[in-house]
Amino acid sequence: MPGSASYAILLLGTLLEALVVVCAVRRKVLRKYFILNLYMLLCVFVSFGRYHVMTHDGVSSLTYRYFYFYSDALLTIVLYFGLISLYISVFEEMKVERYLRIGAIVLLAGTCWFTYAVVSQSSHRMLTYFAFELSQNLYFVGLVLTYVLWAAVLKMRHTQALLVQLVLSLGIYFSAYAASYSLSNLHPTFYSYVSYMVPVIGCLLPLSWAYAFWRVPEEARLSPQRLAMAASR
Amino acid sequence: MIAAIILVCSVAFFLQFFVPYCRSLIASSAAHVLSPEVQDVTGIRTQAAGDDFARVMQLLMLCPDRPEDRGEIRAIGLYFQMLNVMKAALGRLTPSVQAWAEKERGRCTYFAAVALDRRVAFSRDLLAQQIEA
Repeated sequence: MPGSASYAILLLGTLLEALVVVCAVRRKVLRKYFILNLYMLLCVFVSFGRYHVMTHDGVSSLTYRYFYFYSDALLTIVLYFGLISLYISVFEEMKVERYLRIGAIVLLAGTCWFTYAVVSQSSHRMLTYFAFELSQNLYFVGLVLTYVLWAAVLKMRHTQALLVQLVLSLGIYFSAYAASYSLSNLHPTFYSYVSYMVPVIGCLLPLSWAYAFWRVPEEARLSPQRLAMAASR
Repeated sequence: MIAAIILVCSVAFFLQFFVPYCRSLIASSAAHVLSPEVQDVTGIRTQAAGDDFARVMQLLMLCPDRPEDRGEIRAIGLYFQMLNVMKAALGRLTPSVQAWAEKERGRCTYFAAVALDRRVAFSRDLLAQQIEA
């Protein structure tokens, strides 16, 4: 991607990420969705870091690539726990928080072990490749977990509009990422298109979350069954 | 082969999330009552027709842009295009899909009219602030 476009998208994404935290503070939901906001705040810091490395070493430098993949792995892990926090909100009344936390850690450890098993056989630059693979695998795990969470929201008739919009936005984000990764693996020619798509997809999540925090009151209710009927009718 | 399967699955997942997300945006604007000015300009009172979507969008583009609703308007525009494709492809085979798609297209138009209403109110506030200053 050309330099100026990279900078513009990085700036836009950073502004939107900061906007999410500002909206959450203004709506007084920062504590309730703490990990999601922590993720957005970390994204802002990582964006500053990426900008620093980009201006010093260039977007095609090895340093930038290392920084990008390691920070991406870190962010993906935080987002994974953000998703688990949404699970805890949905299953709040069932008092299963402890089991969810243990399950989340076991699943993360399992994903790390699986990634290590794949990487240890095929790469000499193991740690970097591990960070990259872990990030990709967690995106896929995140997509499946978000789908299960949406099914749980439908099944349990959870009506909190803000939570519903946060879950759906996360689903859109994860599935768009998974689609772009698989598209780039499908054929090398698609890679150039995907390199344009990925940063734009990165802006979707903060945009939709900022909208949800800013626009949807915490007490607003809607029927998720009616939303999902679109797929079946 | 695995990449193709993952692509198909992720596109299917994407649609599973995207459609309810658009419907949740539309649902949040369904309770909004349009101002008399917007009702006069668009000719929409409580129910809108899908065929008016392009006209309302043109009116929307004439108003000063609000960055807050830009993403949502694009998402609904995309959803509307998807409904058009669905209506054209499946409408003749299954009349229930055609009726459903038409109803959804009308709701998209109403969403656009609500966005127009908000932009008009925003411009009016902006003008009032400028006059006061």
